[in-house]
Amino acid sequence: MVRTYALLAWTWMRASAQYPVSLALLTLGSLAVNALDILAIWVIFSHTTTLGGFALPEVMFLYGTAGVSFAVADMLFGNVDRLSTHIRSGGFDIMLIRPAAAFLQMAVDRFNVQRFGRITQAAVVLGLALAGLEVPWSRAWMIPVMIVCGVVIFASIFAIAGATQFLLINAPEVANAFTYGGSSLTQYPLTVYGSELVRAVTFVVPLAFVNWQPALLVLGRDDPLGLPHWLRYASPLAAVALATVAMLAWRAGIRRYRSTGS
Amino acid sequence: MIDVQEVGRTFTIRRRTGLLRRERRVVHAVQNLSFTVRAGEFVGYLGPNGAGKSTTIKMLTGILAPSSGRIQVAGLDPARRRTALARRIGVVFGQRTTLWWDLPLRDSFELIRHLYKVDRVAFRRRLDELTELLTLGEFLRTPVRQLSLGQRMRGDITAALLHDPRVLVLDEPTIGLDVVSKAAMRGFLRKLNAERGTTVLLTTHDMGDIEKLCDRVMLIDNGRLAFEGGIDDLRATAPEETSIEDVVARLYARGAPAAGQRQARGQ
Ligand SMILES: Nc1ncnc2c1ncn2[C@@H]1O[C@H](COP(=O)(O)OP(=O)(O)OP(=O)(O)O)[C@@H](O)[C@H]1O
Ligand SMILES: [Mg+2]
Repeated sequence: MVRTYALLAWTWMRASAQYPVSLALLTLGSLAVNALDILAIWVIFSHTTTLGGFALPEVMFLYGTAGVSFAVADMLFGNVDRLSTHIRSGGFDIMLIRPAAAFLQMAVDRFNVQRFGRITQAAVVLGLALAGLEVPWSRAWMIPVMIVCGVVIFASIFAIAGATQFLLINAPEVANAFTYGGSSLTQYPLTVYGSELVRAVTFVVPLAFVNWQPALLVLGRDDPLGLPHWLRYASPLAAVALATVAMLAWRAGIRRYRSTGS
Repeated sequence: MIDVQEVGRTFTIRRRTGLLRRERRVVHAVQNLSFTVRAGEFVGYLGPNGAGKSTTIKMLTGILAPSSGRIQVAGLDPARRRTALARRIGVVFGQRTTLWWDLPLRDSFELIRHLYKVDRVAFRRRLDELTELLTLGEFLRTPVRQLSLGQRMRGDITAALLHDPRVLVLDEPTIGLDVVSKAAMRGFLRKLNAERGTTVLLTTHDMGDIEKLCDRVMLIDNGRLAFEGGIDDLRATAPEETSIEDVVARLYARGAPAAGQRQARGQ
């Protein structure tokens, strides 16, 4: 799986190198956007001291972990939510006759160098946050765990968003609300939102497990909303559960796939 | 090699007809279709536009799951074992390419070698053979997007055969080819079938393909099998001296007698 992904990613990158000027411009463009992003965040954070009861480095920690998870998921699987375009063009039929998982081919389709760019910004914020936090090792182990779980959760949301397009070929925007909306939601302490919403993202769409719950552990904080303590260890569980749902949704979608009339 | 038993495929089409009213229409693209193709056969699959040929091909390759009935290709159920089946069959769609648009042909082939896990030596041998037979040598370094339709088509055929499949399924492989390319393509397919024993199923609107290539013909109309038999049996359905085009045109016009009354689709 990993080898096939890497091979196809490399192939797509070489294919994009066939248009060197456009590649250079796109890369420059994405570097500029990332630089601006970092600047924007710096502006925001330099005017912030606390947000929702959290100090600046803690806010940056939440922002950075969610950002890294989302950027990695987006880089590896973000293309999956463009399924409807591939269905309409007939390209998905071609993926189905190759001896590799259609999901994987879909994920890696048109892989390009710019996809790496999105990670840097979030990683910079996370790095600064960690420098200002001094997390003891007894709690720091959770950081890689939560990032991996976050990647799995976001990837699952991408997969579910893709799977819905087997049915709703004309509604990719609905899917975007969940993927990009979910990423924005997790960037800030959930206390800034109402407690109803927090319950929803904890138990319905398990976004709270991307960073909020495990971050409470890392930061050594009590849950401002008083949810049970064990939830902060539950990210792997939530990730596996959502990934299972995503896999079933994708399978069901492929079974219902109708191709095109020509 | 290919076994289709009482297969049906329906498409439900929902259409807005008013503000709140929505119409639901069921299209029977294929209904109650049964046929077998034995190993080594060369079978033509005919039918007027919209008859259900491509839908059948998509079910045979695992792209579409049948709504009813049972299919086996190379010993596998296509919809359930799609990726395993992909290693055993070759598929060519005349209308769209399986090659990577921006990569040189050679690189597309190399990638296919990895995906299909063909060993290096066998791959080399096979590629040399195919480029020779399809006179593709001078295009190996050309990006696919710069190839003409006929050149691309030969590239696609090569791609479908690199893993030496036992079955080759082609949906309109001669569409848009000039007379010379068509003849070359036919010669190649004939040879592939005769010498390697590859089972071939092909759809076409070109009666020349049928006459020159096929041992047997299946004709589908309105999703139902309307005729099945050898070329001679096909000819025998019309008075002598009728051209093969006219023989087929007569059958198309007659509808699907084998399936009883002709039934309007979409009810
Ligand atoms: N994805 C789909 N959604 C809705 N209807 C479809 C779909 N695919 C095929 N059909 C319908 O099923 C019928 C059979 O289509 P199919 O593409 O199999 O025909 P065909 O024999 O390949 O025709 P042609 O010779 O024009 O290629 C047509 O009536 C078509 O409109
Ligand atoms: Mg067709």
